[in-house]
Amino acid sequence: MTLRDVAKLLEAEILTSETDLDRPVPCAFASDLISDILMCTKEPTLLLTGLANTQVIRLSDMIDITAIVFVRGKQPSQELVEMAVERGLPLLRTKLTMYRSSGLLYSSGLRSCAI
Amino acid sequence: MAEYWNIAPERKEFVESFFKDCPEPEVSLEFIITEKDFNTAGKGSAEIKNLLKRLGIDSEILRRVAVASYEAEINVAAHSVGGRMTSNVYDELIHIRFEDNGPGIADIAQAMTPGFSTADDLVREMGFGAGLGLSNIEKNSDMLHIVSERGKNTVLELMIFFG
Repeated sequence: MTLRDVAKLLEAEILTSETDLDRPVPCAFASDLISDILMCTKEPTLLLTGLANTQVIRLSDMIDITAIVFVRGKQPSQELVEMAVERGLPLLRTKLTMYRSSGLLYSSGLRSCAI
Repeated sequence: MAEYWNIAPERKEFVESFFKDCPEPEVSLEFIITEKDFNTAGKGSAEIKNLLKRLGIDSEILRRVAVASYEAEINVAAHSVGGRMTSNVYDELIHIRFEDNGPGIADIAQAMTPGFSTADDLVREMGFGAGLGLSNIEKNSDMLHIVSERGKNTVLELMIFFG
């Protein structure tokens, strides 16, 4: 699955300019708890989250996040988007809930990350 | 004063002689951590990770250092009135020491319990406060040492070996 497929399935808006939509997405993890995300992400992973503060970007400095999907229509600040652009980290935003987003991606073949 | 130690059995001897000899680090970096400053909290850990990456450290070790250090850095920002982190890099390991300016931990054993948290609403809204910080640090470190006194301060130090 590529980022383009993810965006299409989730009817997501792409928040970062110059995003390479052909970037492959190997697996995903969904959570609103930073400690859980840190513990469960041991390989390049698509992160689905409702957290839209800048610590989510700091988090991506620690672990290997392929891209972030903000669920439930969460709108990150301009500052957050700029931090992501600096790091070449793609950001997407969907109005769908975390449960629905996860279900759609999973049933289209995107596996859960190894924990 | 309360104290907590956790050392991987195979590292025990090394850790004991390390604290006895206090060797000079190859590289030493210091960062100030400011109370509730969640814009910069995590920066120190990111820089440590980048430094180790440039030194060619294995990516799984990098991940462990970053996770343990970040959790500890967030703890200082979220639970103390501020402090500092000092990272000392040696040939075979990294030693990171977090010293805050209080108020100290009331009960270390309770604080280590997964799920236990004293985080306030602001901290929880940011996605922290799951009560997993200290156990995440322990799981990713080869050595964890905490000294704390309620009404005084907390010193947390950890070690991670490169191989």
